[in-house]
Amino acid sequence: MVVIGGGQSGLATSRCLSDRSIDHVVLERGTVAHSWKTERWDSLRLLTPNWMSRLPGYGYVGDDPDGFMDMPEVIAFIEGFAETLSAPVFTGTTVTSVSAVDDGYAVVTDAGGWICRAVVLASGACNVASVPALAEALPSGIHTLTPLEYRNVEQLDDGGVLVVGASATGLQLADEIRRSGREVTVSVGNHVRMPRTYRDKDIQWWMDASGLLDERHDEVDDVTRARNVPSPQLIGSPDHRMLDLNALTAAGVEIRGRLGTVRDGTAMFSGGLRNQCNLADLKMNRLLDTIDDWAREAGFAEPVVPERHAPTRVDDVPMTLDLTDGSIRTIVWATGFRPDYSWLHVDVLDHKGRVRHTGGITTAPGMYLIGTTFLRRRKSSFIAGAGDDAAELTDHLSHFLAGGLAPTP
Amino acid sequence: MTVTDSPVDNGVNVAALLEAREALGQAPEAAQFEWRAECEWVNGTHSHSSVEGYFGLGAEQSHKTRFEYDADHPELFASEDNGATPIELVLVGLASCLTAGVASVAQHRGIQLRSVKATLKGKMDVQGVLGVDPEVRNGFSGVGVHFDIDADATPAELEALVAQSQKRSAVFDIVANPTNIAVDVN
Repeated sequence: MVVIGGGQSGLATSRCLSDRSIDHVVLERGTVAHSWKTERWDSLRLLTPNWMSRLPGYGYVGDDPDGFMDMPEVIAFIEGFAETLSAPVFTGTTVTSVSAVDDGYAVVTDAGGWICRAVVLASGACNVASVPALAEALPSGIHTLTPLEYRNVEQLDDGGVLVVGASATGLQLADEIRRSGREVTVSVGNHVRMPRTYRDKDIQWWMDASGLLDERHDEVDDVTRARNVPSPQLIGSPDHRMLDLNALTAAGVEIRGRLGTVRDGTAMFSGGLRNQCNLADLKMNRLLDTIDDWAREAGFAEPVVPERHAPTRVDDVPMTLDLTDGSIRTIVWATGFRPDYSWLHVDVLDHKGRVRHTGGITTAPGMYLIGTTFLRRRKSSFIAGAGDDAAELTDHLSHFLAGGLAPTP
Repeated sequence: MTVTDSPVDNGVNVAALLEAREALGQAPEAAQFEWRAECEWVNGTHSHSSVEGYFGLGAEQSHKTRFEYDADHPELFASEDNGATPIELVLVGLASCLTAGVASVAQHRGIQLRSVKATLKGKMDVQGVLGVDPEVRNGFSGVGVHFDIDADATPAELEALVAQSQKRSAVFDIVANPTNIAVDVN
C-alpha cells in the first residue's frame, strides 16, 4: 500500500504499518518534512511546547521541554523520526494522479507508478493559501503575498501593511511586521483568543492534562464546526508571551472588522468587529472555566485570584480604508489554507474539494486521510496527534486488508 | 401523559432546523434562496409594500398569506406619517432577526426564555440625506441594540446567547457589511 506524504502524519502512519508488518511505501514530493522546510516563515516556532512533540516511539529529548521548536529544530526532529523507520521513503516523488482500479488504487507519480489496495492521504492540510475572491478587485500598486510566500520583513515595501486574518498566522505576522516599524492594520473576523500560559503552566498543558486535546470527533457536539475553528491566537516564543488583539493594539497596530469587499479602491470592513471580539472573549473565558472545573476535581488548590484577561479593546474604528492613497503598500492574506487534491480522482471529495471522511476513514474502501484539523480528536493537527490517529487508522486498515469486518470508526 | 426529553420550550423546532442544516450541507444548491419584496408609490413619500412569494429549496415558495407594509415619513419632514420610515423598518428587521436568533439559540442551548425585549437606536446625521454636507453619510453613523432578557440562565450565558444570535443573524450581516446592489429601470 501507499502513504502519500512524508511529514509527521505520513511517517507516523508508516511506523504503525511497519509495526503491523504491512508492506508499504511512503511517497514524498520533496524531502522529509518538505512543507516545514519550504513553506514556513523564518521566525515561526511551534505553537506547542517541546515536551508535546512526540511521535510513535520517539519524543523530544532536549534540555528545554517547555520551549518551542523553531523550524530547523522541527525539521531535525522529524528527520530524526524518519531515521527510525524501516519502510522505504521515496523522496523527490510527486504524485500526479490517484484513481480507483479493480480492487484498489493506481498511484501515478513523476517517478513511476504503484497499484495498491490501500492509500493513506497524508499530503497535508495547508498546501494552498486561501485568498478571498475580492483580491481581484484590489487597485494596482498593492503588493500581495500569502503566508506560504512570506519569509521575513525584508520582502516588504517600507509602506503600510494590511494583514487580513486574525488567527495564529495573522497575529504573528502583524506582530512581526509592526516590530519592523511599519504601520500595520489587521482585519479581524472569527477568531480564537487564548492565553499562552494559565495558572503557571502552558495552556497546552492544561488542554492535554484535562483531556480536551483527546476529545474525539464522535464526542463533540458538531464536528464540522470544530474542524472549521481557526487556529488559536498563540505564538511560541522564548518569553512565553501572550499574543492577542490587545497586545497588538498596545503595539500600535490598527484593528478593523472582517474585510467585506473592495469597491472603487476602498477596502470596506464589517461593523461586526465588536461582536467577533466579544465572542472570542466569552469563549476564552469558557475554556478557562472548563480548565478550572477540571483542576478543582483533580485536586489543584484554588487560585487566590481568578486569572482572567481584560476584554478585547474595540474602539469605534473606521470601516473603510483607502487603498489608493499609498498608505497601504502590502496586503498579507492570512485567510487560511486548504489542501490540494487536484491529483485525486477518486469519488471522495465534497463540493468544496474536501475529503469526505469519518475520523479519517473515507467513503472509498481502503482510502484513509490523516493530518487534518480535528480528524479524530482535537489534537489531530498537532505533531503530538499524529501517533494516536495513525495507530487507530492502521488498525482499521489492517482489518480492511485482511478482508475482515472493520471496527467502527 | 407524556414526558418530554427537553422541558425547555421557546416554541422553536430546533430538531427541524438541525435536520435542514444537515440536508442543505449535502445539497448546497437547495440552500440558494431569493427573498422578494414589491413596493408601490402611493403619494408623496408614502409607499405600500408587500411580500408573498420567495424562492428556496429549489422551488417557488409562498408565505401563508400576503404581508403588507406602509412606509412614510413623519410630519416633521412635511410628510403625512402614514407608516414607519424605511429606516425604522431596517431597525425592525434587525431587531426581529436578532430576537428570532435569541429564541433559536436559547432552545438549542436548553435555556428557557420568559421574556425578551430588544430596544434599538440608530443614530443618523440627516445632513447626509438632505444633501447639506457631502461628507456626512446617508445611513446610520451607528446602531445600538439593548436586550432585556428574563430567562433561566446566568449573565454569562445570556451574553453568549446574544453574541451567538448576532453571529448567525442575516440582517446583522446585511447591516454590518457591504452588499452589492443593482438597480435598473424600465
